[in-house]
Amino acid sequence: MAETRSVAEPYRDARQQRDAAMLGMYVFLGSEIMLFGGLFAVAAVMRLLHPAEVVEASKALHVWIGAVNTAVLLTSSLFVALAVDCAKGGRRRGTGAWLFSAASLGAVFLAIKVYEYSLEHAEGLLPGLGAPLKVSTPVQRAFMDLYLVATGLHALHLLIGILLLLVIAIRAASGRLLLPERAIVPVTAGLYWHLVDVIWVFLYPILYLAR
Amino acid sequence: MTALQERPEQADRHDRGLSETDTERQSYLRAGHSLGSWFFTRDHKRIAILYLFAITAFFMIGGAAAALMRLDLLTSAGDLLTNEGYNRAFTIHGVIMVWFFLIPSIPNTFGNFLVPLMIGARDLAFPRLNLLSWYIFVLAGGFTLFVLIAGGVDTGWTFYTPLSSMFSHGNVVLAAVAVFIAGFSSILTGLNFIVTVHKLRCPGMTWDRLPLFVWAIYATSLILVLATPVLSITLVLIAAERLFGLGIFDPKLGGDPLLYQHLFWFYSHPAVYIMVLPALGVVSELVAAAARKPVFGYKFVAGSSIAIAVIGFFVWGHHMFVAGQSMYASAVFSFLSLAVAVPSGIKVYNWAATLYKGHISLDPPFLYGMTFIGLFVVGGLTGLMLAMLAVDVHVHDTYFVVAHFHYIMVGGTVSAFFGALHYWWPKIVGRTYPLVWGRLAAIFIFLGFNLTFFPQFLLGYLGMPRRYHVYAPEFQMLHVLSSAGASLLGLAYLMPLVYLTWSMRYGAPAGDNPWDATGLEWTTPSPPPKHNFDEIPVVDRPPYDYEIEMEGEDG
Repeated sequence: MAETRSVAEPYRDARQQRDAAMLGMYVFLGSEIMLFGGLFAVAAVMRLLHPAEVVEASKALHVWIGAVNTAVLLTSSLFVALAVDCAKGGRRRGTGAWLFSAASLGAVFLAIKVYEYSLEHAEGLLPGLGAPLKVSTPVQRAFMDLYLVATGLHALHLLIGILLLLVIAIRAASGRLLLPERAIVPVTAGLYWHLVDVIWVFLYPILYLAR
Repeated sequence: MTALQERPEQADRHDRGLSETDTERQSYLRAGHSLGSWFFTRDHKRIAILYLFAITAFFMIGGAAAALMRLDLLTSAGDLLTNEGYNRAFTIHGVIMVWFFLIPSIPNTFGNFLVPLMIGARDLAFPRLNLLSWYIFVLAGGFTLFVLIAGGVDTGWTFYTPLSSMFSHGNVVLAAVAVFIAGFSSILTGLNFIVTVHKLRCPGMTWDRLPLFVWAIYATSLILVLATPVLSITLVLIAAERLFGLGIFDPKLGGDPLLYQHLFWFYSHPAVYIMVLPALGVVSELVAAAARKPVFGYKFVAGSSIAIAVIGFFVWGHHMFVAGQSMYASAVFSFLSLAVAVPSGIKVYNWAATLYKGHISLDPPFLYGMTFIGLFVVGGLTGLMLAMLAVDVHVHDTYFVVAHFHYIMVGGTVSAFFGALHYWWPKIVGRTYPLVWGRLAAIFIFLGFNLTFFPQFLLGYLGMPRRYHVYAPEFQMLHVLSSAGASLLGLAYLMPLVYLTWSMRYGAPAGDNPWDATGLEWTTPSPPPKHNFDEIPVVDRPPYDYEIEMEGEDG
């Protein structure tokens, strides 16, 4: 009975519906890659035109804070993978707990990021807030502009991801999300989370490790 | 063509079909009469109708802006609009027509209505997302209108930096936000089509049996999903520069204004194919139905849609031949731009081969189809001229370019849009319209269009730059011709509005298959019931399986 209830209108069976949801999420993630692709293109142009200045600018960033954040985010992805495993096995509380842990790590990432921004602001590196900047070259200024836009956009994606995981965690734990029949919901949300994670894995070397 | 057995009162020859037929009573149009049943519908057919209303409104607004410009251009002095006003008028025209008419026109109305019907599905893969996409579209459109009319933007639809980022007085940020929002609608629609075509085809509907319209919509969706996000991030960067002084494009702050053009055209050149690919798909359907023959080289026509979508991603640099990019880059982009003509040519040749020895009917849909083919060929060939580096340097930023892309977008896409409207109208509303009026409108559109835009080729070749409303007096004759043509074209565009609306009530019932065409959409009643198919069909034959008439059989 649960099987038929979880099939919505245009679909013939649960499998077709699941396949469609997976493909839909993959296509969406493809568009997300193109969104960040524009920023990566900007970074590549900047690096090609001004290699020495970009390296100088990158050295001013707090590489260790970025490294810690990378570790935090990768760990959160592990938790999401564990949650998906629980969901497929129909373990409601495990799903909720792992998703909650992953979302918490996401929040930790954001907290560290805000701390990092405040450090950079104090050092006169962060543009856009009206404070006098202490950048040495126009390229460093452009690099910091790119840094702010790219990490800001990433943080926005992470924020959406945190809210998404929290909602699913609550629904899974309370039993409103039918598991394992609707395991596709945490699976697709998890795909989104992994992508946001992977984008950071690319942003980190491009911004912090260009030295 | 008039299905007599469908008349509500079969004996009463004077009943023009005013009362409802049985089919209509069970159709999607009568499944719920409240406003809520329309505005919260998840039925792809009703959402298509919602889009049809929205884009018709935007078409008229964009057209009104064009009318203002053509009126102003009647004399060589700018006496109707101020300089600023003229800049704002062409910005409204461009922004509205590109993002709120041309891009959504065929995919979001006919794609929405037809893709599930053509592949034997009950709906798109994500019906709620489909409705959401309409709301986002309308929200973005309303917001854009407000910004363009209340504050005004004078950058043109291209938002070029550094004009848009440093010098423009208008509400560039708000306009960018509006287009950014509209982008979500595009992405969601494209995503929905891709998943639908992959996962919801009925048994037997293999990839080599898909109607060519579906192939075209699929190729379009790939571009929508992959190109639109690049525009989004570009607009984000423009907004960041204007709001927070983050100078990615500002040379004073270490940025690069040319980078904007690269990013913008990386979206906007593929966007040209978003506008024209669905039209190519429509024309393939119209040609096959008019010739009553299987499409010549089906696989090549289908594959050329994909080829156009793919190559279209690698030609953006031809917009920047005179912008100071490397000569070698220009040469490569020039070559690639010529290459994209090959799949377009394949389509035109294959349509001609399909028509060869066909039993051609000159019904309105095909007249629009022929209008498309003729104007698309002119637009395409002048596109080849513009792709040549040396010629482009001469006519860059002149009316020659304006005429070229209007031949593709208006002569091509808008004609195909009207062709689709006339071809599938009996399916959508279940009634036929007077064919005579359909033919007349098609002919007037063809004549009006050429009178409007052919003089612009001459103007451009003689050196009239685009985006100026004060011009040298010797250009006036050609401008007057163009404005006269625009008036004819405007009237011709209004004609279908009248007789198609009339037909909804007074037209004769159409019957399931008024054109006697192949395709699953013609196997359903007109208008189709809410769930399209009582039973999911099974396809066991190739597409366009028309019976071929042999010579002599016809007498």
